This record gives sequence, structure tokens and C-alpha cells, in this order.
Amino acid sequence: MKRLRYILRRAVQAIPVILAIVVMNFLLLQLAEGDAVDVLAGEAGSATPEYIAQLRERFGLDQPVYVQLFHYMTNILTFDLGYSFRQEMPVSELIMVRLGPTLLLMVTTLVIAVGFGVLLGILAARGLNTWRDNLISVFALISYATPLFWIGLMFVVVFSLKLDLLPASGMESIGAFYEGWDRVVDIARHLILPALPLSLFYLAAYTRLMRASILEQAGMDYVVTARAKGLTERAITYRHVLRNALLPVVTVAGVQMGGLLGGSVIVESVFGWPGLGLLAYDALFSRDLNLLLGIFFVSACLVVLVNLFIDILYTFLDPRIEVG
Amino acid sequence: MTAFFARFLRNRSAAVGVLLLLGVLLLAILAPILFPGDPFRLAGPTMEPPSPDFLFGTDTLGRDVAAAIAHGAVTSLMIGFVASLVAVLCGTVLGAVAGYFGGRIDDLLMRITEIFQTIPSFIFAILLVAILSPSVQSVVIAIAVVSWPPVARLVRGEFLSMKSREFVQAARTLGMSDGRIIFMQILPNCLSPIIVAGSLMVATAILLESGLAFLGLGDPNVMSWGFMIGAGRSVLRSAWWVCTFPGIAILLTVLAINLVGEGLNDALNPRLRERSA
Repeated sequence: MKRLRYILRRAVQAIPVILAIVVMNFLLLQLAEGDAVDVLAGEAGSATPEYIAQLRERFGLDQPVYVQLFHYMTNILTFDLGYSFRQEMPVSELIMVRLGPTLLLMVTTLVIAVGFGVLLGILAARGLNTWRDNLISVFALISYATPLFWIGLMFVVVFSLKLDLLPASGMESIGAFYEGWDRVVDIARHLILPALPLSLFYLAAYTRLMRASILEQAGMDYVVTARAKGLTERAITYRHVLRNALLPVVTVAGVQMGGLLGGSVIVESVFGWPGLGLLAYDALFSRDLNLLLGIFFVSACLVVLVNLFIDILYTFLDPRIEVG
Repeated sequence: MTAFFARFLRNRSAAVGVLLLLGVLLLAILAPILFPGDPFRLAGPTMEPPSPDFLFGTDTLGRDVAAAIAHGAVTSLMIGFVASLVAVLCGTVLGAVAGYFGGRIDDLLMRITEIFQTIPSFIFAILLVAILSPSVQSVVIAIAVVSWPPVARLVRGEFLSMKSREFVQAARTLGMSDGRIIFMQILPNCLSPIIVAGSLMVATAILLESGLAFLGLGDPNVMSWGFMIGAGRSVLRSAWWVCTFPGIAILLTVLAINLVGEGLNDALNPRLRERSA
């Protein structure tokens, strides 16, 4: 019951953030040169000033700014994100279609990054200042400095063009029409190349965090107790330290969700993965501002949701956190 | 000061970082002498593989990749540095005001900071550059706008812990104005974490800039590493060198700045040594 109240309170706290993002979207739209009518009129070729004024009235663009803001907010909050004139489809529909592939890519990346990051962090901390620790540190430093799009292209050169191991673009083989497990395997094969470069950067971050976190825990009283009790170092690390050291990793995973979505724009455009990022890339090229703003709004909401989820997860992971 | 430099350079990885960074700086300074003229100029045959004439080959239009890397170094370093400077200044002022005055102002400013931290920053930067139309100025603005929040939080934390110290109370008793206390008394005492955060931010800013340029959002009149990689993408199969070498340039530069930043951290905050070692 207490937990439910906490969850509700956190959910209510997320509302002002979402409202602020809507206002920001509106301000950005105001900042852009010209409005939707200019675009429409430009596309129609020749439009008389009377026609343009008529269009403005129809879209409510002749109203004062605060009235427009009110309309904009009511529209967005009913999930009406406007219409993409380039793709001739409502923005919300375009986004819904692309949400699935992006989430698949995100989850895969996160699993790889957190999994291997935690593993490498443990290895580095247990062999503190040995060659293993140094090697892992150098690897983390380099992954941390590598531009995402470049490592993506290099992966294409090596694994796709030279070795011909994996497909370099798309989510499914075109014209193959696989079904059932064949389709799953096909998608998984396409998933590997985009997910690896994206996870590399975060893997480096989690490795360093995990290493620091374990070293911090190593001096705690409970570790001394466990050692005095005669437990092996192995058991201490995996049964006691690991659980406590994981908490900061969970927090950071939530914080980095926004960065991950940004990275997906680059990775998806490099690998032709049909998700939100590729949609944003296409919108950028066709100067489809409305669509771009819609993607921005949805991805911001996604980050808010993930953070909410992590907060709730935390109350289960760490009973010390005051719920009431 | 000498003690500081000795401590800094004793750190082997920091010394490597300084050397690398000096190399990139030298390349940027010498770019107009080594490769005179417009880097967009068609210097030779198209898609020529690396050779003594063209150290890193030429691209699809016959532009010299080595010249592009040298001139791109200027762009990357300049944008990275200026954008970080702007972000650090904004973040410091906002964080200082929030931490020093507390109360409602603090609540409001931290709420705004939180919102900026929630927003997916790269997508926000893309939007800003697309709306402001691509130019060096708008890229700098976009990077600064998405980078200031961590600095604001850092500075706020420092101010919160400093504002009740005795030297601040003494300054207040002397009748010093809030502005003078903030800038003349407290700020100098929390410069080292700001310097460390700022230097590490240059690396992130360069990565951001190259990402934007790769997507075609760089200044069309200025050569940059990200732009070269974006331009060479379509000929990855037949001319690998167009993409490969500018990427290595980014990698080495960012690595160098990260090493220097961490070296600064260890040298300026000896107490935190064990944590970052």
C-alpha cells in the first residue's frame, strides 16, 4: 500500500516534466522560420496572399501565441502530434510503427552493455592493478573515445564487406518472407551489427562504474564480517558485494536512456535499422520539422517512463530506500 | 605550480594525453602551412588510395583526405573548446545562484536542470541545429545548450557545502555584497572540479560535433572530420580510407582530452585519487 502511494507520487511528479517538454517543443516550433502554412503554400507552388491568410485562420495561426500554445498542448496530450505533409501520414502513426524496432535495439544494447560491463568490472576489480585490470582499463578508455558512427562503419567494412558474416543493413532479409523461428533468427542476425557499436560506449561506462563500485564496497564492514566468518573471496564477491555494487549501475542505466536514444539516430542511420532514429534521420533530410518534433517528444516521454520504472525497481532492489 | 606539474606529469597516461593533444594542436596550427588553400579544393584524381602524394588518399571528388584532417582539427578543437566554455560559464552561474541563494530560486533552477537532463540530448541538439540552420554558431549553441546541466549540478553542490563556512560568514559580516561573495570568495575555492569537468566536456563536445557533422548538420563552409566520414560513407566498399582516417583522428583527439582531464582530476584532487585510480 505504501509502495503504491510512492509509485503514484512519482508518477505525478513526472507530469510537470512532460508539460515542460511540450512547451519547449512549442517554443522550438516558434523559433523555426515560417510556419506550416508557408510550407503548404510553398508546396502548392503559387498561392495568393488571400489564400494564405485563409489557411492561417483554418490552422488557428492568426490567434495570439498563448491561445496557440493551449491548442498545441491539448493536441499533444491527446497524442495528436500533427500531420507529416512529406510522408502523408499522421505523425503519431509514423512513430508507433517505428517504436518496436527501436525498443528492440535499445533493450538488446542495454543487455549487452550492462551484462559485459558488469562482468568486466568484476574482473578488473578482482585483479586490481594486474595486467588484466590494465587491459580492461585501456579497452574502456578507447571505447569511451570512439565515435559511434565511425566504429559502426568499420564494423560494416570488417564483418560485412570483408568477412561477409553478417548483413549490414535493414532489419530483415528483403524478399525472403521468413516465418516463425526462421524470422527470429533472421532479425537476430540483422540486430548484431547495430547493437554492438552502440553498446560499446556504454559498456565502457558500466565497466568503470562497476569497478569503482566494487572497490568502494570492498572496505565495508559486512565484507570484513564475511571474511571473518571464513567465506572464500569468490563467495564474498558474488554473493555479497555484487548485489550492493549493482545499485549505482542500475541508476546510471536509467540516466543514460536519453543518450542511448540519441545514439540510435546515428546507429540506425548507419545500418538502415527501421526505428525512430532512422525516421528522425529521414525527417531531417526532408526538412519535416513536425515529424522531428514528434520524435523528440516521444523519446523524451520514453526517458521519463524508464526513469519512473527504475525508481520503482529501486524500491524492490534496495529496501533501505524510504518508500513512505 | 611546479609541484602541480610534477604531480600531473608523473601520471604516465596524463603525459601520453598531453603529448597526443600537443600533436593535434600542432597539426591544427600548421594546417594552413602544410596544406595551403581550401580543403574543399579538388587536389587530385578521385578515390586515389593512400600514396606518398596523398598520404591518406583522396575522396570521391578528389579532395585530399590528409588536408581535410588537418583543417578538420581546427574546426573540432575550436568548436569543442568554445562550446564547452559557454556551457561551463552558463552552468557555473546557474549552479552558483541556485546553491548560494537556495529556497525557491534553487527549486526552480534545479527543476529546469532536471528537465534538460531528461531530454535526449543528441536529438535535442539535432533539432536545434536543424531549426537554427547549420553553421558553426548554431552547432556551438546546440552543444552548449545540451551540456551545461551537469556543471550546474556540480557547482550547486560545491556552493551548498561552502556557503556556511566561516570565511563566507566573515565576508558577509564585513558587508560584502552577494555578487562579490559568489565570484570573489566562493568560486575561486571550487575552481578545480569545474576545470576538470570542463576539460572532460571538451571531449564530449568534439564527439557531439562530429556526430552532427556526420548527419550533415555541420557548417557547409567549414571542413570537419564528421563531414568527411559522412561523405565517404557511400564508397565504403571501394575507398575505405576516406572514412577510416578521419575517424582515427577523432578517436585520438578525444582519447587525449580524456586522459588529460583525468590527469587533471588526479593532480587537483589528490584526496579522490583512490576513487579514480
